[in-house]
Amino acid sequence: MSLTAKDMSVVKALWGKISSKVDEIGAEALGRMLVVYPQTKTYFSHWSDLSPGSAQVKKHGKTIMGAVSDAVSKIDDLPAALSQLSELHAYKLRVDPANFKILAHNIIVVTAMLFPADFTPEVHVSLDKFLQNLAWCLAEKYR
Amino acid sequence: MVEWTEEERSFIQEIFSKIKYEDVGPKSLCRALIVYPWTQRYFAHFGNLYNEDAIMGNPEVARHGAVVLHGLDAAVKNMDNIKSNYAELGELHSEKLHVDPDNFKLMADCITVVIATQMRASFTPAMQAAWYKFLSVVVSALSRQYH
Repeated sequence: MSLTAKDMSVVKALWGKISSKVDEIGAEALGRMLVVYPQTKTYFSHWSDLSPGSAQVKKHGKTIMGAVSDAVSKIDDLPAALSQLSELHAYKLRVDPANFKILAHNIIVVTAMLFPADFTPEVHVSLDKFLQNLAWCLAEKYR
Repeated sequence: MVEWTEEERSFIQEIFSKIKYEDVGPKSLCRALIVYPWTQRYFAHFGNLYNEDAIMGNPEVARHGAVVLHGLDAAVKNMDNIKSNYAELGELHSEKLHVDPDNFKLMADCITVVIATQMRASFTPAMQAAWYKFLSVVVSALSRQYH
């Protein structure tokens, strides 16, 4: 399900609206994922505090959304944009790609909470497609 | 049997006390038909689903959205026996409606997103966890009759 020109412009427009809260969205989405889908905690056994709002969760949520924002700016060529991160996830982190969907869902839920008027079904479908494409590119080097 | 804490039970009751069926139901179904367009395969008889405006203005979609959400009533009223309460509806979806059970998850996600837009910050992580658990149990109960 490739991104159409419309999807790309919808996602870019959304990012224009939410850019001031991107760090907050990342932290909140990651925190929620760890609570609602506890199996995801297995990837963070080296952290001391996995609760929503912890310093570790906030920092990592910001890191993740920074990468997502970067992908938005390079939305015309996601495979190239995500090539290095794909290697990292494939050879070092080895996160089961099923979890990308779970995090994507939580990013969507938090965006819906913070920007209910902007998060129309039209915006939802484009963001969902974008995050799916991003996940696909992230898993590219796995095998 | 599914174990519910007192907190989880009160979260579920709280969510249902705050949402309007005639609002959340239609919005959730519209969102599913737009975000996951292959779900439209089950609603060819609803007439015009050609684009988002058509879907959002379609009275059949609105009516059915409320019906689907009311389908959760049996679960809220008897959280300790969801499995047996959904045997009939599960069979209906499998034998008569022929709905791929993967779609139940998509619908559940859409309901969650609509609730998030309405409850906003009061939809806490703990509440989301209880809600996800609740919907997962319902989805599992509906999917049990497939063979």
